[in-house]
Amino acid sequence: MTIQEWFDKRKAAQIQRRQMENRMDSEDFAADLWTKCVHCEAQITKKELEENMMVCPMCDYHFRINARERIQQLFDKDSFEELFSEIKPTDPLNFVDTVAYSERLEKAHAKTGMDEAVITGIGMIEGHKVAVAVMDFDFMGGSMGSVVGEKVTRIMEEAIKRRLPVLAITSSGGARMQESALSLMQMAKTSCAVSRLDEAGLLYINLLTEPTFGGITASFGMLGDIIIAEQGARIGFAGRRVIEQTIRQKLPADFQTAEYLLKYGQVDMVSKRSDLRKTLSSILDMHGV
Amino acid sequence: MMTLDFEKPLVEIEEKIKELRKISSESGMDLNKEIETFEQQANDYKKELYSNLKPFQKLQIARHQERPNFLNYTRLICEDFMELHGDRTGTDDRAIIGGLAKIGGKTVMLIGTQKGKSTKENLEYNFGMPQPQGYRKALRLFKHAEKFNMPIVTLIDTPGAYPGISAEETGQGGAIAVNLREMAKLKVPVVAIITGEGCSGGALGLAVANKVLMLEHAYYTVISPEGCASILWRDAARYPEAAEALKITADDLVELGVIDGAIKEPIGGAHTCYSEMSQNMKDAILNSLDEFEGMSADELRNQRYDKFRAMGQFIGL
Repeated sequence: MTIQEWFDKRKAAQIQRRQMENRMDSEDFAADLWTKCVHCEAQITKKELEENMMVCPMCDYHFRINARERIQQLFDKDSFEELFSEIKPTDPLNFVDTVAYSERLEKAHAKTGMDEAVITGIGMIEGHKVAVAVMDFDFMGGSMGSVVGEKVTRIMEEAIKRRLPVLAITSSGGARMQESALSLMQMAKTSCAVSRLDEAGLLYINLLTEPTFGGITASFGMLGDIIIAEQGARIGFAGRRVIEQTIRQKLPADFQTAEYLLKYGQVDMVSKRSDLRKTLSSILDMHGV
Repeated sequence: MMTLDFEKPLVEIEEKIKELRKISSESGMDLNKEIETFEQQANDYKKELYSNLKPFQKLQIARHQERPNFLNYTRLICEDFMELHGDRTGTDDRAIIGGLAKIGGKTVMLIGTQKGKSTKENLEYNFGMPQPQGYRKALRLFKHAEKFNMPIVTLIDTPGAYPGISAEETGQGGAIAVNLREMAKLKVPVVAIITGEGCSGGALGLAVANKVLMLEHAYYTVISPEGCASILWRDAARYPEAAEALKITADDLVELGVIDGAIKEPIGGAHTCYSEMSQNMKDAILNSLDEFEGMSADELRNQRYDKFRAMGQFIGL
C-alpha cells in the first residue's frame, strides 16, 4: 500500500465511521457487543471484527492476535497437533526487579492460560504439512527466554527428523531480560538450529507479525528462506524510542512498518491477514512440500 | 589517569606515599619504614578492592576510557597484523576491524569491535557500535578464514549494535542473525573474547564460538544495565541493582554455562598495565587454539552446536 492509498483509505474510513456513529445513535446499543477500532476509531461489533479475522472492516487495520487465534485462522480445521508443551519456565537467576520474575510468570499464565510465549507443533495449511512455532505477545511481550529458545529449536530439530518445512510466526519485543545472558544465548541456539535446516535443505518461512523486535529479528525471525510480513506489523531491531534518543531526530511515521521494510528490501512480501493462508499454501506448493 | 569513585581511598594512600617520598628527599630524613608500611597497606587494599568488585564497579572498569582497545591489542599481541577492509557492497564500517594476524607464529583471522579513546576517535569508530555492514564485513572475513583454513579470533567490546535509521533500513537484525547462523557452520576453530562491554546481540554477532572467554572485569549481558533499569525499574539511575540482577560478570556467566572462562587482568584493571594484559590474552588465545588443533571440520561444528544447544534452563525433559 502506498502512503497515498493509506491516507485515502483512512479518509474513507473516517467518513464511514461518522455514518456508523449516526447509525448507533438511532439503534439500541449494547456496549459489550461493540468495540472501537484503535486506528480509525470506528465503532464495530465484536462479532463483525472476529468474523473479519480481527481486521477492522472500515480501515483495514490489523489488530494484534494471540497464538491460539493465529493457529485457528491459519491451519486446516483440527489439524494442529501441539508438541513440547511439557517444557516450562523456571527462574534461573532468581531475578527480582519491582516484581519477582516468578510472579510475572504466574501473572502471564493467569492472563493467557499459556505456560510460555510460544506454541510449537505440527499442522496443515491447505493440506501442506508444516512444523510451526507461533509466538504470543500477550505472554510477557512475547519475550524469548530459555523455554522459547528451546521449543523453537526442538520444533526445528523435529522438522529435520520428519523432513518437514518450518514456519515461524513471530510476535515479540525481543529477548527476555529476566533470564539475561541465557536469553541472549537462545538467539545463538535458535540460529544454530536454522543452520541445520539449511544443511538439511528444508524450507524455512518467517511470518513476522505485530510486533517483532530485538532478539527475534536478530536471530531466527529474520533467517527464513522466505520472509513474509503481515500488513501493518512493526518490525525492527532497536525500538523506536531508543533510536529517537540516540539520533535525536523524529522518525518517519511509517518507520519500521512491514511496508517500510518491503521498500528497503528486508522482507520478501507484505501480506494481508485474509491472504495469508493462500500465500503460505502457494509458497509450500511451489517448493513441492 | 582517570580515577573511578571506588578507587579514591586507594589514591589517597598513594598520595601520602608520594608526599613522604618528597619530604624524605628534601629533608634527608629516613622515612623508608613509614613508606614501606603505606605501600604494604596500599597493596593489600588494592588486592582486596579488586577481588571484591561489585558488578556496577566492574561496569566502570569495563568502560574505562583508557581500557586497551582492539587496535592496541593488535599491536601488543600480534607479530604482524594486516587489516582487510570493507564489506564489498559499498561500506567499510570502522566499528568492526578485521585482518590477517600472526600470533605466536600462527596465522589467524583477527576481528573485533573498535572503540576510540578520544571524541575524534569515537566519532570515527562510532563508539564501537557496528552497523549491519560491519557484521557483513566480519562474515566476509569469516568465510575467507574458512577457505584458507585459518582459525578465527574475535575480540568484542561494544555497547551494542547501532540503533539508527539507516541501520534499520539496511537490516541490523538480519545482519546479526545471519552471522549467528553462519558462524554455526564454520569449519575452522573460533575463539571469542569479550574484552570490555559485551552488550546484547551486537556482541553475540561475533561470538558464536567454540570457546568464549571474558576478561576478568568485562561484562556480557542481554541488555545494558541502564536500559534494563529504565524499563523494569522505570529509572535508569538504578542500574547498579540491574547490574546485580542481570548476572553480568565472568564468574556468574561461567556458572550459568554461558562462557568457558575468564582471563586474568592486572590488579587495578586492564588499563593499568597493557603489557601484562596483552601477555595474558595472548597466552589464552594460544592455549585455546591448541585445544582445537587436529579437530576435523565436523568435530568443530558439532562441538560449537552442542555447546550453544545446551544453553538455557527450564523444567521438562
